[in-house]
Amino acid sequence: MQAFSIVQGIVAPLHAANIDTDVIMPKQFLKGIDRRGLERGLFHELRFDTAGQERPEFILNQPGWRNAQFLVVGDNFGCGSSREHAVWGLMQYGVRALFGTSFAGIFSDNCARNGLLTITLQQEELSCIMQLAHQPGLNVVTVDLQQQTISGPDFELSFAIDPMRKTALLQGLDGIGQTLTWRDQIQAFQDKHFKDNPWFR
Amino acid sequence: MGKTLYNKLIDSHLVRVLDEEARQVLLYIDRTVLNEYTSPQAFTGLRQAQRPVWRPEAALGTVDHVNPTAARRSALMPDPGAARQTAYFAENCAQFGIELFDVLHPLQGIEHVVMPEIGLVLPGMVIAAGDSHTTTYGAFGCLGFGIGTSDIEHYLATQTLVYRRLKSMRVMVDGVLPPGVTSKDIIMALIEKIGAAGATGYAIEFQGTAIEALSVEARMTICNMAVECGARGALMAPDDKVFTYLQGRPRAPKDALWEAALAAWKTLASDEDAVFDAEVHLHAADLVPMVTWGTSPDQAVRISENIPDPAREADPVRRQGMQRALDYMGLQAGQPASSISIQRAFIGSCTNARIEDLRDAARVIGERKIAPGVFAMVVPGSSSVRRQAEQEGLDQIFMNAGFEWRQSGCSMCLAMNDDILASGERCASSTNRNFEGRQGSGGRTHLMSPAMVAAAALAGHLVDARHYRGNI
Repeated sequence: MQAFSIVQGIVAPLHAANIDTDVIMPKQFLKGIDRRGLERGLFHELRFDTAGQERPEFILNQPGWRNAQFLVVGDNFGCGSSREHAVWGLMQYGVRALFGTSFAGIFSDNCARNGLLTITLQQEELSCIMQLAHQPGLNVVTVDLQQQTISGPDFELSFAIDPMRKTALLQGLDGIGQTLTWRDQIQAFQDKHFKDNPWFR
Repeated sequence: MGKTLYNKLIDSHLVRVLDEEARQVLLYIDRTVLNEYTSPQAFTGLRQAQRPVWRPEAALGTVDHVNPTAARRSALMPDPGAARQTAYFAENCAQFGIELFDVLHPLQGIEHVVMPEIGLVLPGMVIAAGDSHTTTYGAFGCLGFGIGTSDIEHYLATQTLVYRRLKSMRVMVDGVLPPGVTSKDIIMALIEKIGAAGATGYAIEFQGTAIEALSVEARMTICNMAVECGARGALMAPDDKVFTYLQGRPRAPKDALWEAALAAWKTLASDEDAVFDAEVHLHAADLVPMVTWGTSPDQAVRISENIPDPAREADPVRRQGMQRALDYMGLQAGQPASSISIQRAFIGSCTNARIEDLRDAARVIGERKIAPGVFAMVVPGSSSVRRQAEQEGLDQIFMNAGFEWRQSGCSMCLAMNDDILASGERCASSTNRNFEGRQGSGGRTHLMSPAMVAAAALAGHLVDARHYRGNI
């Protein structure tokens, strides 16, 4: 997992609610057996026309927002399919954190497992970043995970994050390695679980 | 204070508390089912770290997402990506000792249809799988939820997941469902009512007389689609219908083990005095067949209603969303839902392609023919469902009407295979998602029950299936 400490970058606005993982990473990019090549697939139908040319109206194709490191997004971002390809694509494009009012459950977990920071804010706080995101040239923020702050030219917001998720992100931890340090406890649980519920075997 | 069924299941699978305040636990997972498209990178990860699978016998692989559904089965995948994925899936299952239902296997089918029908989903279990519709298993009093590929790898290596305990929502559906209204209409009405994020952060428990009256298969439809309002778990207390459904299934416990299991399962319910974090009520008697008009599952109306007008929506983001959906769908505000013409009709998916779904659609069809200009197909949820339907003669009813009768797979629910909408084509679909491009780039999806899809295919436009049933 990619570690996250302090990241400064461009923030781009994506207003719509319920942007689903089919829109973030459409089906034609799901046929791989590795994680590569998903940058092109990110928001593919929004970014590119049927001839494969960039759609100039899409925000990430416009100067001032191209290669944004941060997206400020509408409610329920990442809903729908469990496809982790959506998160891989965002990261391959260079997105490091998302600001929103709520994120879909599976998507949010997928982000955490890969080092993509999802920051949940109140609507007023989000509006503050959204306003800035609409000003190309000024739309730069700094996210400091250790301090749990988002700083813009004229504001600083603090955000909440689970301590476990924070530590994992800061250190870029391998979650499986961590869990396997509790191997004996898992084995003991399993033994008792099957003794109590032999039909689960 | 009493406990909810959800919290009982979490507590009975709790290996270790990781962070009390953040409600993070290490959760033991009983089983998984794997598919060819969300699992490859998980196996690669295991291989790179030289980690074995903790309990290979607790996983089942089934090819479903990318395979063609043409009437003649072939192991050859016409598309190179699909060929690569199915070959790698077979290699992974073989190397790690996991049972695989490949495309030629007699029990092949959509993962969430296969798992219950062979008796692998049992009350009291926790099952996590790399597909969001794993919530289906809640119909058995089994907590099922979807996970991403990193968590599949974590599960395979450790038999556990780092899990955040959810809040509990009770959805009470009381009263009696009117004739010709289905469980699909219950869940679509709920999603319309609470919104696409209405249950985000919650596990839903469905209760009430209307739920108790449903068959196990009809209950699966509700739990399946609960994820479309954000729920990462949907539960129903198991009852005699569930036990009858399970008894004798090939992988279900037998004899003395069955008796012991049954005794334990009968205690699985929320306590009378359990307190839920949120409560929602639906009155079954008020429900009518539902259809979606937009590009989010919560953009739905009763078939008797008109398409809503964004101008009447106060919230600007919602208004823009509605307008964008209307533009994408090629619809006008105020247009009657029943005036929407279709070119395609699709009966399939883990939501609605079980035997009862096919029976209900066939009942609506009878001896009628589909409308000229409609291309319609039935994709059974599993190879077993297909065989059963053929024994009952349902395939003949569909084919006589003009439907194509296909092999099993996820097919046009998400169009990862060659069953795909052309841009601008409009489809009545018994599936779960009407997202932009879901069934094909530029394709237009209207979600509804299988009976409503059958009716739309006959009429050539969206229509209340009860007209054909003789209910109205």
